Amino acid sequence: MDQKHSVLEMDYIRKQERIALKNCGLIDPERIEEYIRYDGYQALAKAILQLGPEGVIEEVEASGLRGRGGAGFPTGRKWRSGYLAKGNEKFIICNADEGDPGAFMDRSILEGDPHSVIEAMTIAAFAIGATKGFIYVRAEYPIAVKRLQIAIDQAHEMGFLGSDIFGSGFGFDIELRLGAGAFVCGEAKALIASIEGKRGMPTPKPPRTNDKGLWSKPTILNNVETFANIPPIIRNGAGWYAAIGSEKSKGTKVFALGGKINRTGLVEIPIGTPLREVIFDIGGGIPGGKKFKAVQTGGPSGGCIPTEHLDVKIDYESLQDIGSMMGSGGMIVMDEDNCMVDIARFFLEFSVEESCGKCTPCREGTKKMLGILEKITSGEGVMSDLDDLERLGQIIKDTSLCGLGKTAPNPVLSTLKYFRDEYEAHVKDKTCPAGVCKALLQYTITDKCIGCGICKTVCPVSCITGNKKEKHVIDPSACIRCGACQEACPVDAIIKR
Amino acid sequence: MTNSIKEVIHNEVIFVIGSNTTENHPVIGALMRRAVKQGARLIVADPRRIPLARDAHIYLPIQPGTNVALLNGMIKTIIEEKLYNEDFIRERTTDFNAMAGALKDCSVARSAEICQVPEEDIRKAARMYAATRRGGIYYAMGITQHTSGTDGVYNVANLAMMTGNVGVEFAGVNPLRGQSNVQGSCDLGGLPDVYPGYQKVTDEKARRKFEDFWGVEGLSPDLGLTLPKMVDQALEGKIKMIYVMGENPMVSDPDLNHFEAAIDELDFLVVQDIFMTETALKADVVLPAAAFAEKDGSFTNTERRVQRIRKALDPPGQAKADWWILNELMKRMGYHNAFETPEEIMEEIAACTPIYGGIDYPRIDKKGLQWPVKDKDHPGTPFLHKERFSRGLGLFKPVVYRESAEMADEEYPLILTTGRLLYHYHTRSMTGRVPGLNEVVGESYIEISPDTASRFGVGAGERVKVSSRRGEIEIKVKVTRNIKEDVVFIPFHFADAAVNRLTNVALDPIADIPELKVAAVRIEKMA
Amino acid sequence: MIKLIIDGVAVEVEKGTSILDAARSVNIKIPTLCHDDRLKPSGACRICGVEIEGSSELQASCTTPAREGMVVRTQSDRIRASRKQLLELIWEDHPNECLSCQKAGECELQDLCYDYGVEAEGFAPLKVRTPLEDSNPFYTFDKDKCILCGKCVRVCEELQGESAIHFVQRGHETAISHPFEKGMAYSTCVSCGNCVEVCPTAALMPKTEEKFRVWDIDKKVRTTCSYCGVGCQLDLVVKDNKVVRVDAARDGENEGMLCVKGKFGYSFLSHEDRLTTPLIREGDGFREASWDEALDLVADRMTGIYKAHGSEAFAAFASARCTNEDNYVLQKMVRGIFKTNNIDHCARL
Repeated sequence: MDQKHSVLEMDYIRKQERIALKNCGLIDPERIEEYIRYDGYQALAKAILQLGPEGVIEEVEASGLRGRGGAGFPTGRKWRSGYLAKGNEKFIICNADEGDPGAFMDRSILEGDPHSVIEAMTIAAFAIGATKGFIYVRAEYPIAVKRLQIAIDQAHEMGFLGSDIFGSGFGFDIELRLGAGAFVCGEAKALIASIEGKRGMPTPKPPRTNDKGLWSKPTILNNVETFANIPPIIRNGAGWYAAIGSEKSKGTKVFALGGKINRTGLVEIPIGTPLREVIFDIGGGIPGGKKFKAVQTGGPSGGCIPTEHLDVKIDYESLQDIGSMMGSGGMIVMDEDNCMVDIARFFLEFSVEESCGKCTPCREGTKKMLGILEKITSGEGVMSDLDDLERLGQIIKDTSLCGLGKTAPNPVLSTLKYFRDEYEAHVKDKTCPAGVCKALLQYTITDKCIGCGICKTVCPVSCITGNKKEKHVIDPSACIRCGACQEACPVDAIIKR
Repeated sequence: MTNSIKEVIHNEVIFVIGSNTTENHPVIGALMRRAVKQGARLIVADPRRIPLARDAHIYLPIQPGTNVALLNGMIKTIIEEKLYNEDFIRERTTDFNAMAGALKDCSVARSAEICQVPEEDIRKAARMYAATRRGGIYYAMGITQHTSGTDGVYNVANLAMMTGNVGVEFAGVNPLRGQSNVQGSCDLGGLPDVYPGYQKVTDEKARRKFEDFWGVEGLSPDLGLTLPKMVDQALEGKIKMIYVMGENPMVSDPDLNHFEAAIDELDFLVVQDIFMTETALKADVVLPAAAFAEKDGSFTNTERRVQRIRKALDPPGQAKADWWILNELMKRMGYHNAFETPEEIMEEIAACTPIYGGIDYPRIDKKGLQWPVKDKDHPGTPFLHKERFSRGLGLFKPVVYRESAEMADEEYPLILTTGRLLYHYHTRSMTGRVPGLNEVVGESYIEISPDTASRFGVGAGERVKVSSRRGEIEIKVKVTRNIKEDVVFIPFHFADAAVNRLTNVALDPIADIPELKVAAVRIEKMA
Repeated sequence: MIKLIIDGVAVEVEKGTSILDAARSVNIKIPTLCHDDRLKPSGACRICGVEIEGSSELQASCTTPAREGMVVRTQSDRIRASRKQLLELIWEDHPNECLSCQKAGECELQDLCYDYGVEAEGFAPLKVRTPLEDSNPFYTFDKDKCILCGKCVRVCEELQGESAIHFVQRGHETAISHPFEKGMAYSTCVSCGNCVEVCPTAALMPKTEEKFRVWDIDKKVRTTCSYCGVGCQLDLVVKDNKVVRVDAARDGENEGMLCVKGKFGYSFLSHEDRLTTPLIREGDGFREASWDEALDLVADRMTGIYKAHGSEAFAAFASARCTNEDNYVLQKMVRGIFKTNNIDHCARL
């Protein structure tokens, strides 16, 4: 007993609050009975039999739930506009095209608790008067796809989907649509184009999808995690949910902790928890006694947050204020061994590859920025490159068509803001302080060398010379910076800098 | 067209029958597709699965020569299901009951059998069309080039009138004219029965008017001969000379063997053209004409819009504008009120042609006007028959289905139909000399369905002999699923393997239009 | 109606009007590369960005509807800088071939780069030129000169209804192509050339028999197409008494649309087979004659036959391809001189 008690006392458990992930890992996701056992479909019953459409929308509005896809638009307000939109046909779409590198919040929900999404979509459909729903899910999530289909079939058998749900006359159906791996299809308009069978490219707003979405009909689109919060809100009431979280942002948010952190994986925390608590209390801090350098939130659209902002309370506005964003929940921790220029380059490269190619700034501008970053990391940068990056970044943010482009420069702009010294070191001193950028590294043999010759043997390009029992020397012009010598040296005489 | 081209995109229902619009009137075809994208419903009736069929909500692959039966099926459905527009019929038309009565013995089922399409599809099309007052019917030679061509046109009008889809904007009965100025050449008296502006030659008042106007005496009070009748009379030796301006009947006319024999009988043939056409080769005198880009003047398009053409180039060599050549001839024959410029001619046209009354070059300088343009203040007429038809009340004409002059039989088991291609124009005297167009389609071919091809043992790319009661040609096979079984199609553009050696000269009794769209043929594999 | 202020000018427009159109209604010009009035706005080039009071980002004026009370600025240092930057981005990827480019002088990219003072070098010299796609008989596609405005794709889809071309790949690799990339000639393209007509650069170019510079052309003559009865309006581009290109007219009923024949089927005009002199039959062939000789002969023979056999021996074929004026004069001759109504033409054929 004592031991169990102590586990619950651990910060890792104590500081989390599981709502969206409530059932994940607890129930067999392929058995609807288990979902029902844990209050499943009660919210749907309550919505249809007690609340009615207006009641549902009022409840969601009062809960303060905001879109978990990243932008944080109030879900209740979105549903109300869907409810008020005129149309003989309306659609509900679940955005399950999770694409941020290292993020798998939605995947866990889809794989671990698919019914929660189906129940929530049905509630949303009931609220706005939709009769058809689509789940747009990545084809790279085969287990999620399989379990969603099983869940849809089971919900049909039990009468939670189909015509005349709970004898109310209300009917609703859900179909799966598989994405083909384009990041931009997480953008609402591109996603809708993709469902329609067109190329996944964003189109201008207005019109908003609430008025003219799928096949130009009113369409409400929410992401997986947003939906997963709906059944508990309906079941437990808006007041219960609104009591959790910060003033402007209610409830919890799931994050995928990754990078240089002891406990990687998903955590669900009340919104408003300080960043420091998430990283050090829940995540267990940085491994190997290394020093924390930054945390990257919001994936390729987000930014890097330095130590001085570690005490910021996580919510939509505060993260935006410091140049990052909530995003869908990626949280990558970096320590002193990470080069911030290289990190910026990594995220930007992702955006460059995933740009749909439609608008000029995103297609050409991000590529141009990437070119400058590559120039810097290979030691050929000049100081005006930093100004060019800033200017280009601002113009891309200022002029891009969709959210992907508008946020693509964020990783670069935020690192330029907080880690300008690292950029300058690359440009002025031609060194990479973290020792990551290969072109700027130099391996040298110190006086500790005992002249054993092991390094000479392992060097793949034979650039080390020296006589037995004498100090060896590396020819930097031939060295390919593979690091094999350093690893092989028995006395740690080889350093890189 | 009773209505205007741009109205197409505002149609709620578009009914295309006997028109391969995207190939033969491509810009209107594109407008139709745009309309469909915006939500218009499209009905297509054609023996061939033409490109527009792909966009159609209802596609009716009717047997060639069965337009009247199809339209009767639709009319019958509308009567049976009481979908007609009672107000319109009462206020604007007459003889509806006579027309309906004539269809007493018709049934939709029988129409379906004749057309070889499902009865329900005919009914659906009828309901779709009858449900709107923004329904436009668009047709071309697929309706008219039949021995029942006039009946087809009457029946299109019947359908439009009974549903109130004529005399209003965004609807109408809209024949699509195939050539740049076929409308204008009809308007300006290039027909045997009318003076310019459709003033009847048999009308004494009109005759007197033109005698005074032209300063001549003794204009003929008799109807002239239609083109097919001219050919017959030439063969009989009654017509001694023919003056041909910019036509190539040696390719475009039906039953060419017959035509060639007639031409050979003439004492004198004059051809004025821009190229040495197949017809010009037969002439006694060939006069070099200026092409459209080498002279000033006007064309009238299919929506009755009179538009300018302008001189951009000097004609090659000594070539001259057609009007100038004719003018010179008239001078030599003693008529001295010659014209100096095309603008003067238009002034005379306006003075004697009420529907062109308000047209002059300054007015159509920027944008053409749609006739009737009664006077200089009249803004033109985007759609006809508003509030009243030209004859007063719209007249329903009872029409019953008649078989084509030739039907398939044991000897000639296939039905041949003809038409045009996107990449060529009429007899190819122009398009045949544009290299790119001939790179795409350089020779003629016969379209055959896969079933028919295998039954006759011919394959794609092989050459076959196609013969009818009138002649035979050798031609390459194109196998396509876009045509009905036992129906074959040959484009009429090509002088080599000219399909008009096979076509039937049987005429519509009223309009003298030959039945170019239906002929019985057989095919044989070449050794 | 909505009232707003653009560059200090009060503008009143209908609800749903874009800022771009609102500005144009008071003659304020905003540059664009991807806009076409006939197409749904796409917002791809982003050149038309403007400042709106209360909005932190620039807004594409082609896709942003005017709203009541809006205060819009279409010119500022920030706007100029962003337009110049966007042009530089496009230009850097563009072959630096203006010296020999057929489009020079009527290239929208060139014009805008001039306006905004773009001086970047353009097209890294090491980059290998993509071969010209020239399988279609009427036009060529130069992928490297494509700026991905998407107008061709949208014209093909929205106006022509063919959807023969579309975007392929993504990001910087994005390109315009057709199914399976086997060559345009093997696509569903109907060669209407309506894409060529809207291309702002030399990416889509008509195949012309001769090179010409746009400033060397003698004239553009507005006329009516000589093919089918639709009567499309077009401009004949003339140099040295030869039509070197056909441009569709935006202000005709065809609204800038043509078909393959109207757009590309003009070379018959200067074909060597054109008849250039009157010809009189001599045995199996013809001999050349002067106009006087030919006309005298025709007049004599016709008068002779008329005198010998009367009106009913004479017939004439009018032409559906000649002008109203030509046809009028012919029927006047037939009726007035030969006193017969034996005139007809191929309206039935």
